[in-house]
Amino acid sequence: MKEIRNLINITDLTLEEIDGLIDVANDIVENHEAYEDICAHKKLATLFFEPSTRTRLSFEAAMLELGGSVLGFSEASSSSAAKGESVSDTIQTVGCYADIIAMRHPKEGAPIVGARRTTVPIINGGDGGHFHPTQTLTDLLTIKRKKGRLDNMTVGLCGDLKFGRTVHSLIEAMLRYENVKFVLISPQELQVPDYIKERLNEEGADWKEVETLEEAMSELDILYMTRIQRERFFNEEDYIRLKDSFILDLKKLETAKEDLVIMHPLPRVNEISTEVDDDPRACYFFQALCGKHIRMALILFLLGIKREA
Amino acid sequence: MNIDGVKNGIVIDHIKAGKSIMVYNLLGLDKADACVAIITNADSTKYGKKDILKIDGMFDVDYDLLGYVDSNITVNIVEDGKMVKKLHMELPEHLKNVAKCKNPRCITSIEQEIVHEFKLVNKEKKIYRCVYCDAEHKVK
Repeated sequence: MKEIRNLINITDLTLEEIDGLIDVANDIVENHEAYEDICAHKKLATLFFEPSTRTRLSFEAAMLELGGSVLGFSEASSSSAAKGESVSDTIQTVGCYADIIAMRHPKEGAPIVGARRTTVPIINGGDGGHFHPTQTLTDLLTIKRKKGRLDNMTVGLCGDLKFGRTVHSLIEAMLRYENVKFVLISPQELQVPDYIKERLNEEGADWKEVETLEEAMSELDILYMTRIQRERFFNEEDYIRLKDSFILDLKKLETAKEDLVIMHPLPRVNEISTEVDDDPRACYFFQALCGKHIRMALILFLLGIKREA
Repeated sequence: MNIDGVKNGIVIDHIKAGKSIMVYNLLGLDKADACVAIITNADSTKYGKKDILKIDGMFDVDYDLLGYVDSNITVNIVEDGKMVKKLHMELPEHLKNVAKCKNPRCITSIEQEIVHEFKLVNKEKKIYRCVYCDAEHKVK
């Protein structure tokens, strides 16, 4: 029997498999016609128990561009979850209708519960503050396309590093590449959790923590911005004192490298000034496009479909 | 005080003093057919005081559970009045329905009849992580 593969955490994929996905994503751009009907008669279910714009739409766009079809729901209130149905029952049912499932759930570990109750591949589209592996694949593809490599670089991660799941997954993924240095830029209150620091130390990574963007800017090859949420702070005074230090504007970019790649998982609120959008180093909307391409490659990989040579 | 020796059964020794009733309940010995003696505050050269459970009769002991409760526990298997095997407990690699995840954001907080599972990640520090949400669970 064919082994069912899921993507719950980025570590479910080997480096070779990630490289393979990036190659297919690039091939999709170069040979788009070869993929137009490759998933004909296949159905993707997008089960979003909490709202999302980019992730859900990019999954659906990805499947449609592969010639497949999509079904699902975009909020828990329009599913049987509103009647109290368990995650495992929902997934087991939907597994009878779809060939592959992409799901987002506010509770951490929900996709693991789902994967145990169905024989179709499950893709984790975000489980609370836990993992968001397809965002990580998106980030890796963006970095690869912009830099031509995933090793030998200094990556700055800025903002809410405590609760930011995309940051945790990206660190975990980039740790597997040679000579990647991490600069963690955040207020003390929002530093990465201890288990991430343990992982950095276990892997012998070169990393440091700083409290302002200015301290780190000149050495960065990648700047990964995240949003600082007001509600994460213990008091309003701290929020007001710190929030401007983590807003990226053209002035702060004055010392940055010319080939810096500025990324953001989106949505942004005010942490990147709109004046930065026209700077050639701003890559966050390109990143959103990469999200569709890598999800196309992932769907093909999990369904075991390859294009004919 | 004299308690008759076990003829065919199990002696759970080196239980931390005062914990024998908890071990008795966790193992489900109240439902066992065997004759069970609970000895508390026995002298111990190693720990000062200890508790002991003597089970005379066949009983399926959950060693993972014992190892989790107290890894200092030893289990003596007795046959025909003689100890034939001595087992030293250790922290099990996996826990199933022994402890509950306390992370309110974990799926275990809402999913019906879910099995609470942990995996051992640091034996020295006695740290487990929830298999669903990775929340830390430290053995006290």
